[in-house]
Amino acid sequence: MHIHRYERIWITIGVAMLLVFLGAIGFASVADNINPPSGMQAIDPTKVAETPPFDKPGLRQIGDHRYEAYYVAQVFQFTPNDLKVPVGSTVSFYVTSPDVVHGFFVPDTDINMMVVPGWVNTTTHTFTKRGTYLLICHEYCGIGHQNMFGKIEVY
Amino acid sequence: MTHAADRQMRSENRLVIAHIYTGTTAFVLGALFGLLQVFSRADAIQTPPWFDYYRILTTHGVLMALVFTTFFITGLSTFVTYRSIPREKRGVALGWLGWWVMLIGTLMAAFEILAGNATVLYTFYAPLKASPWFYIGAALLIVGTWIVAVDIFRNVLWWRREHRGERIPLPAFCSATTFLMWWIATLGVATEVLGFLVPWAFGWTPGINVMISRLLFWYFGHPLVYFWIMGAYIAWYNIVPTYYKGKLFSDSLTRLTFIMLLLLSTPVGIHHEFLEPGIADRWKMLHTVLTYGVAIPSFLTAFAIFASFELAAIKQGKKGFWATALSLPWDNPAFAATGYAMLLFILGGFGGLVNASYNMDLLVHNTIWIVGHFHVTVGGPAALTFLGTAYWMIPKLTGRQLWSKSWALWQARLWFVGMLVMSMAMHLVGLMGEPRRTASVDYLGSNIAHTWLPYNLVAAAGGTILFISAMMFAVVAIGTLVVNRKTESMEAEFSEPSQVSGPTPSYLDRIFRWGVVALVLAVLAYAGPIAELIHNPGFLAPGMRTW
Ligand code: HEM
Ligand SMILES: [Cu+2]
Ligand SMILES: [Cu+2]
Repeated sequence: MHIHRYERIWITIGVAMLLVFLGAIGFASVADNINPPSGMQAIDPTKVAETPPFDKPGLRQIGDHRYEAYYVAQVFQFTPNDLKVPVGSTVSFYVTSPDVVHGFFVPDTDINMMVVPGWVNTTTHTFTKRGTYLLICHEYCGIGHQNMFGKIEVY
Repeated sequence: MTHAADRQMRSENRLVIAHIYTGTTAFVLGALFGLLQVFSRADAIQTPPWFDYYRILTTHGVLMALVFTTFFITGLSTFVTYRSIPREKRGVALGWLGWWVMLIGTLMAAFEILAGNATVLYTFYAPLKASPWFYIGAALLIVGTWIVAVDIFRNVLWWRREHRGERIPLPAFCSATTFLMWWIATLGVATEVLGFLVPWAFGWTPGINVMISRLLFWYFGHPLVYFWIMGAYIAWYNIVPTYYKGKLFSDSLTRLTFIMLLLLSTPVGIHHEFLEPGIADRWKMLHTVLTYGVAIPSFLTAFAIFASFELAAIKQGKKGFWATALSLPWDNPAFAATGYAMLLFILGGFGGLVNASYNMDLLVHNTIWIVGHFHVTVGGPAALTFLGTAYWMIPKLTGRQLWSKSWALWQARLWFVGMLVMSMAMHLVGLMGEPRRTASVDYLGSNIAHTWLPYNLVAAAGGTILFISAMMFAVVAIGTLVVNRKTESMEAEFSEPSQVSGPTPSYLDRIFRWGVVALVLAVLAYAGPIAELIHNPGFLAPGMRTW
């Protein structure tokens, strides 16, 4: 099989471009620690209400400007529905679902994850700007899906 | 043509017509639901409680992504296989059996969706629990495609026996590799449906392992996308050059492209699951790298297409980019539709590289950006190629001229414009955070939701243009059947290769061996994450009906 010279050049450029992209992704992953949420903790979805810490969802302070927020995403609401944190806080979110799959998405931040029954998913974000953020369920979960949202107030 | 040969061709044509017109029906109905969606999301209409938004969206997704595309590809592949491997006596019973099984499955699933028993969207993510008959219908649709695949393989094997040492005719080769890929990919969803969803929906098992079911779904879900693309590439390589009396750039590179697609389409599905728990980062990274690999056959395709355009232009004494572009037959609806499809694919390919990257996905996952993206990949390039190819194929199936050529031409133009408008608005507002799959994006008048509204109005305008275009397609497809005018010929010709790449080596033709390699690669890419999920399975979810 004979491959035309121009084609060889084209493919070389294409592959080089892919490698640059991959390098950038790898760099962001290793150097800046930008990684997707991959929670590995399992939880029985039929016992969420009895399983600490999800029996008492909400915010816990664990250090100076450091918080943990435990959420239950359930048709069709988030608990807690309204979270208040001071500006400059770093919050680790832990979210699980007792029923179906939900989404956990805060536009204008990099908080974006899937909430899968049977698992606790987690992500961490530092709030550097004051304001009221919208927390949206962005995975279809049933007839009231469009009403499933909450807010995060950064004061 | 002898009388017997003519009879044989007509009986084959009837089978292809059945596939193409079933696909057309799904497409036209799907467009109606699409129109309702853009208006609902722009807050211009309120869907009634007896047919809520999510039932509409399920219908749209299933009709467009699963029914229209699949029937079109089975029809097109059957057509090009039969016409490139002519046989005096070929049984069409197996082909018909495939069509019937696909149709019955579709009708079962459609009935359950319309009745409101399966408002689970076209991805039917567990533990949303639909009626078992919906899942069985979906499984039958897939089993039907397997029967069509066997029919295509059977013809290829017949050719091999009769023509030892020769290369498989290229259209049949492309169809067979497409269906080999499809076979490997659908093993995942068949396992999910028959092994997990059906027993659970009947209540025979107490719950379902959600992450395993999602992994099996996306094992199939990404190659589904490549099934659409390979269906379009069948036309781009084998048919489109004939529109401008050009040549295929290279026979061997075409085969290489299809083999790469066969190998790389499946082991990449986890790029749909970057934001999910239970799958370790290293598997997400592995699938990112492989996803970038599957871009290479599309680079090859872009080169082959431009090279073919250029060779044809040079033959006419034209040189340079614009002279080449203008020398193409933009007034032929079959070409115009496909040409616009190719232009849209440039946008789609670029967006795809963003989505597939492991950490940029955080910005866009499950936003309407994604919907914009797949409307400029499947809704633009694949769908518009299928419509354009229908303009080429229907006269050859019916012996009638298109009714009418200018409607067909305007249909293609409107689809291109409508798709650009709708998907651009979706891409932009997706970056601003608007979620997909939701009946309303008002969020009680929240500030950020306010900034989205203008984009949704633009998307609704684009959607309206698309809807008009789809209705025009219906007029042409039905008009051609009803208004009787003869064409010169029902003969189909396929593109001949130019001489640049020399003879095709025989190892490229060993498709079944390549299929085994593809299966091994798929198993390797999934063995790790599956093993981890078996080792650390989480818990079963009982599931429920939340609509
Ligand atoms: C008249 C033309 C069309 C219009 C107006 C349209 C409109 C839309 C809209 C607005 C959505 C997003 C709804 C949401 O997320 O809430 C959507 C989803 C979708 N569309 Fe289209 N579309 C059209 C044609 C097509 C075509 C030709 C295809 C594929 C062949 C297609 C495949 C899909 C798929 C797979 C979804 C995702 C469904 C889901 O999220 O479950 N659409 N469409
Ligand atoms: Cu939801
Ligand atoms: Cu994909």
